[in-house]
Amino acid sequence: MPPITRWFVKFSLVYFVVALGGSVWQAAGGPFWLTPIIIHLLVVGWVTGMIFGVAYWMFPKYSAEQPRGMDGLAVASFVLLNLGLLLRIAAEPVQTTHPSAVAGWTLVVSAALQWLGALAFVVNTWPRVKGR
Amino acid sequence: MPGASVWFIRAALAYLLSGFTLGALLLAAKGLSLPLGVWRWLPVHVELLLVGWFVQLVMGVAYWIFPRFGMTRAARGREGLAWLALALLNGGIWAVSVAVLHGPVTLAVIGRAMEVLAAATMALNVWARTRASGISPM
Repeated sequence: MPPITRWFVKFSLVYFVVALGGSVWQAAGGPFWLTPIIIHLLVVGWVTGMIFGVAYWMFPKYSAEQPRGMDGLAVASFVLLNLGLLLRIAAEPVQTTHPSAVAGWTLVVSAALQWLGALAFVVNTWPRVKGR
Repeated sequence: MPGASVWFIRAALAYLLSGFTLGALLLAAKGLSLPLGVWRWLPVHVELLLVGWFVQLVMGVAYWIFPRFGMTRAARGREGLAWLALALLNGGIWAVSVAVLHGPVTLAVIGRAMEVLAAATMALNVWARTRASGISPM
């Protein structure tokens, strides 16, 4: 398993546990802003992060010289997706309860980072999705 | 990777990017307090990512990687059923997405029915392939 896959999988496992921990807090009467955080920890952090990591590892080789495509794009997708998600987790509760320009623009940056992370993954993975 | 899986997975990647684009706009809208009208796109964002990305990727990878029946053309079951599932699923995603934006309930029902038929077609095709691989002990 390549190093970037290990990072994707380990981060996704942490998000999984934290999201379900958040759901315990929610069940015990946690704040209303928790719901979108839990959902995105699960669907972006856990499932999408796991898919990105495993696809990078298991999909057909791009070429003999670059079996997994451009490694820089894979690293970029890991950093951008996770940094974007973490910024969202930090800023969304603040923007929901005490809106401010700083929290608001942090969400905008978070949105851009996650989108760029997905773009990097798609650009690197697309040529590896092919028949024999 | 068989042709149907190539198209399942490429479509999933396209929905990933389009779904993330809508999600980024919605998150930016939350940050910049944009008009509430943008939130009508939320169900489309959910449809593109849950069905278009997750479900479609799983279907494509399952058709590719489940145990095969030898090396013949029919090794992955009936290829036509895989293409039918691909067409039904994507038709369903578009029908549901248009319906949640423009309101005809009938179109949403048709779209969901197409998605159910896609799932049933896929299940029918991979059911017999859900078995020991020949090299696996179980």
